[in-house]
Amino acid sequence: MKVALFIPCYVDQFYPTVAIASLELLEKFGVEVYYPEQQTCCGQPMANSGFEHLAGSCNNLFIENFSGYDYVVCPSGSCALHIKDHLHSKTNEPEAKAIRSQVMELTEFLTDILNVDDIQASFHHKVGIHQSCHGQRGLKLSQMTELVAPQFSKPERLLKMVKGIELIQLERKDECCGFGGTFCVAEEAVSVKMGKDRVDDHIHAGAEYITAADMSCLMHLEGILRRRKSNTKVIHIAEILNGATA
Amino acid sequence: MSELNATVSTSNKDHAERAEVFNKDEARVNWHDQTLWFIRSKRDKAAHTLAEWELLREAASQIKLNVLDNLFLYLQEFERNAMTNGIKIHWAADANEHNEIVHGIIKGAGVSHIVKSKSMLTEECHLNEYLHTRGIDVVDTDLGERIVQLAGEAPSHIVLPCIHWKKEEIGELFSKHMGTPKGNSDPQFLTGAARANLRQHFMSSRLAITGVNFAVAETGEIVVCTNEGNADLGVQLADVHIACMGIEKIIPKRKHLGIFLRLLTRSATGQPITTYSSHFRKARSGQEMHIVLVDNGRSERLGSDDFRNALKCIRCGACMNTCPVYRRSGGHSYHYAIAGPIGSILAPGLDMKKYADLPFASTLCGSCTNVCPVKIDIHDQLYKWRQVIVQDGYVAGGKKTGIGIMDFVFSKPGVYRFAGKVGRWMMNHFPFVVNNKMNPWYKQREMPVAPKQSFHDWYKERQRK
Repeated sequence: MKVALFIPCYVDQFYPTVAIASLELLEKFGVEVYYPEQQTCCGQPMANSGFEHLAGSCNNLFIENFSGYDYVVCPSGSCALHIKDHLHSKTNEPEAKAIRSQVMELTEFLTDILNVDDIQASFHHKVGIHQSCHGQRGLKLSQMTELVAPQFSKPERLLKMVKGIELIQLERKDECCGFGGTFCVAEEAVSVKMGKDRVDDHIHAGAEYITAADMSCLMHLEGILRRRKSNTKVIHIAEILNGATA
Repeated sequence: MSELNATVSTSNKDHAERAEVFNKDEARVNWHDQTLWFIRSKRDKAAHTLAEWELLREAASQIKLNVLDNLFLYLQEFERNAMTNGIKIHWAADANEHNEIVHGIIKGAGVSHIVKSKSMLTEECHLNEYLHTRGIDVVDTDLGERIVQLAGEAPSHIVLPCIHWKKEEIGELFSKHMGTPKGNSDPQFLTGAARANLRQHFMSSRLAITGVNFAVAETGEIVVCTNEGNADLGVQLADVHIACMGIEKIIPKRKHLGIFLRLLTRSATGQPITTYSSHFRKARSGQEMHIVLVDNGRSERLGSDDFRNALKCIRCGACMNTCPVYRRSGGHSYHYAIAGPIGSILAPGLDMKKYADLPFASTLCGSCTNVCPVKIDIHDQLYKWRQVIVQDGYVAGGKKTGIGIMDFVFSKPGVYRFAGKVGRWMMNHFPFVVNNKMNPWYKQREMPVAPKQSFHDWYKERQRK
């Protein structure tokens, strides 16, 4: 099984430890991981701003990088969803289509393809799970509170395998954090208010760490926590599963 | 007595600017958010009492899709049956025609004072304003609508028009307009005062306007849902009843109504059903009944594959209650008669330039789509509207330049890595370049700490070892 690791641009630049944890975690489970070195961005910032039609060369570069693998795995639900829903190419649509069906978010891949049921990691902290919307409602990583349907959560199931971890209960378990890509600056006031409210929910429940399958939400929440000089920190789920010792 | 219903706003501010103003009073934002979240929670509880909830949503969606596919047939059937029942049918191509028709009927009846129960269509058409300038006094009889009417405002929510008003403020408003004792903000007392006041208007009005929740093609009847019974009281006391509806309000058969009535208020407020679900099939003896069917852009919408199914909307407001942006920006920040996620996909269809900002007033979290009782793909339509708005040239030129640069950087790996390296170096050595007032991120959030090494650099190093 050949797996390509797709690292979102902002993770590559600002959160290399998340990418390292994702790579090491997959390797621990015996996966042959390739990192296509010419990768940059999935094109979502352009497309969500309404400029999908200008993202052609970015899309083609993505296809060049990620053709020929069994799976494309990404430690971000949002970027994975963007590829799954919107990767197209005027010059190479068959390959775009193949990649759309091969792309998977990390916890989804660990759960559905590797069938992981044991993780050698411990994390002795109170942790709040932030359900990033695109992973949850887009990729259906977890059941959604709006629906009358059976409960499940892939990220939570994996975290429960980690020794010593205490998962806290939130008042609003799947409300958006307000990051929203360019929304975070275009609608700064609402974005920050949404982030503050999420952070408060976690802090009131006693979270020492907020974790998620998406670093973009965590980058936004971290910005608010650090401005407040809060003791609560953010940590990507891959880092916990890979045995981070915080 | 009644004041002019102000148009939503005359200022040119976009959603983000209005939302920023709304957010200046954080305690009020918290109150607004929590009030609406309470309603969302009631909706969840009500939905979870029905094991068949998701099946109901699917059935409602399918019925509405069938209606949209065969709308012209159902409209003809409805017209035929309604006319057989003695109802006068009028067709309006747009808001102006609608207003002219309604004004014509009012003039014909020789009245200048009328009552109106809740109708989002008449808000969409700005009927109150139109009639006011022609000397007709319209009294909104839904309590929430009456409150915003007295305040000279538009509703901020389609189901809960005055959800942005606190009871103390309503007490003050009533004191000014109805002479209630100053400082009394007891909801029961104020409701009683409004009731007594409205009663005079009901008694003296010979013409009543209502909206329409459902129009049954099979029988030619309309169904109006209210919690206050104000539609019924208005109609029963009046000589003339005018019901105004968008052409998409049709359902094929009476038996389909049960599905929609079970979904409507559970989604809207968490109630199992509206207090009054009133069927109007024919005028009583001596009364005249008119139905005005309005297109106002709906036919055009019907021809668009991407946006047509927004016409399935039954105006329950669930998408507003669940929307984390709506709850923290208030209905008026959407500057359109219908606020929130559904308004943001309806408004650009009417005027893309004026409402170009609305599809961007969302994080695309998708909660709206999940609560929608008729399964409108709201957040996907928001995404699609963004593409259309940009391609039709309704965004600022600066944004286009920025995106062009982004595409250039992201399509050239060498440029991307170089830009990343320079950016991180700058952030570490000259933090003021990003940590300043020009950067909206930094206003209330710290920037991420830039590491010396990107993952790409780390990976190359590991390979060399």
